[in-house]
Amino acid sequence: MNEFQERKINLTWREPKRSYDVVIVGGGGHGLAAAYYLATRHGITNVAVLERNYIGSGNSGRNTTIIRANYGIPESVKFYQRSVDLYQSLEAETDRWIMHKQKGLINVAHNEAGLRTERARAAVNAAFGSKTDFITPAEVKKLCPQIDLSGGGEYPVLGASYHHSGSTARHDRVVWAYAEGAMQRGVDVHQRISVTGMLKDGDKVTGVQTTAGPISAKVVMSAVGGQVTQLADMAGVRLPIRSHPLQAFVTNHYSLSFEPILASPALLFYVSQTARGEMLMGAEIDRQPSYSYGTGHHLLQTTSYRAITLLPFLRDLRILRQWTGVCDMSPDYSPIMGFTGVEGFIITSGWGTWGFKGIPASGEQMAELIATGKTPELIAPFALDRFARDRTMADRGSAGTH
Amino acid sequence: MSIQISCPHCGKRPIEEFTYGEIPRVPDHITDPDARNVDRVFMYTNPAGVQTERWFHLYGCRRWLTVRRDTRDNQMSE
Repeated sequence: MNEFQERKINLTWREPKRSYDVVIVGGGGHGLAAAYYLATRHGITNVAVLERNYIGSGNSGRNTTIIRANYGIPESVKFYQRSVDLYQSLEAETDRWIMHKQKGLINVAHNEAGLRTERARAAVNAAFGSKTDFITPAEVKKLCPQIDLSGGGEYPVLGASYHHSGSTARHDRVVWAYAEGAMQRGVDVHQRISVTGMLKDGDKVTGVQTTAGPISAKVVMSAVGGQVTQLADMAGVRLPIRSHPLQAFVTNHYSLSFEPILASPALLFYVSQTARGEMLMGAEIDRQPSYSYGTGHHLLQTTSYRAITLLPFLRDLRILRQWTGVCDMSPDYSPIMGFTGVEGFIITSGWGTWGFKGIPASGEQMAELIATGKTPELIAPFALDRFARDRTMADRGSAGTH
Repeated sequence: MSIQISCPHCGKRPIEEFTYGEIPRVPDHITDPDARNVDRVFMYTNPAGVQTERWFHLYGCRRWLTVRRDTRDNQMSE
């Protein structure tokens, strides 16, 4: 599919009803994907998605749109590979062009420890169904001719892992595709309605109190990014989440083609080229927990320095714009999905800096959880109670910050 | 301009010189000792508002200081 065949997106807005089977709080990718899969896979359409701003206005519109599955532990590789597969078929399924483009992701190593990590990553990926190879510096140069293999003399490229299915997609098109698909099947999506409290029967959650009045529901699902601690608090759930800002930026137009996604876990930066030709760069989260969308000069300085170390051509480009998202960081750098211990309240959260790539699989699995009332096997390791059970999902492969 | 923290020894310095130190706050309504341990290790109050926190001036005088900061806009208050 391409842009020349594109049709107008059909979004139908309806008035909120007083009662639904399922209320999803948060109209970003995760919430809308769950609504979409509830409608398409399970025939549950008496569903409302509540968004306090406009759909996709939160972290779904503030990420760097990387899709990958090259994680470091089996549970994560399997989960994200499911997401990669769903993304690949999403255009055909929704008949919408989401600008999905398979680019290949190179994770370069600059030292002995880095080489070990990338070798381990390739082995774990291969063992659990994701295609990642360990490659030599010469192969890196072939995939990415712009790279300086000496790393400015400081960070030589000694090897890399190459993740074949690393790709990007247009973030708001993903949101709209899911929103349209869900709305066509009867799901209500309500913008500019904030949740101000929970309706409760004892400890049980029976609905939400909103700026448009109370709405009762059999299940309330939080797909909130950013303010999830406050929402969970209304339901009486404590979360292992700290909110950190994450900044990213794009340069002006680079006139040549930069094919792959290049990441350096040691230098803590990654870069890809957008469809417009801008070079898109991201780095690590800000150290202070904060809900501020403020941006800073320090990140531009350090990330540019790191990027130029490997890609000297970036020196000639100018930074065009910069933005910030608020990431829900979990202590083990893995998402939190499933039951919360409070009846009627389930959650998909802890999406930190890896939320965009998880949208389809999280939506599909959470829809299955709502429809069947049981935790699907794929997301069972990511339950909230893993912290109390001391079964955390710490994953070195998730670092790389995107 | 990046966010600045007032260090009692060094004056106003950019936030990049400091490392963050959480003060764990287990809510009083959690009474079970095991649940309190889990909460202290893993859970965060993560308030959207003013909180008291500790910072370590790593690239400076290497001393700890206490700061009150609004997490919504990073305004520091005494």
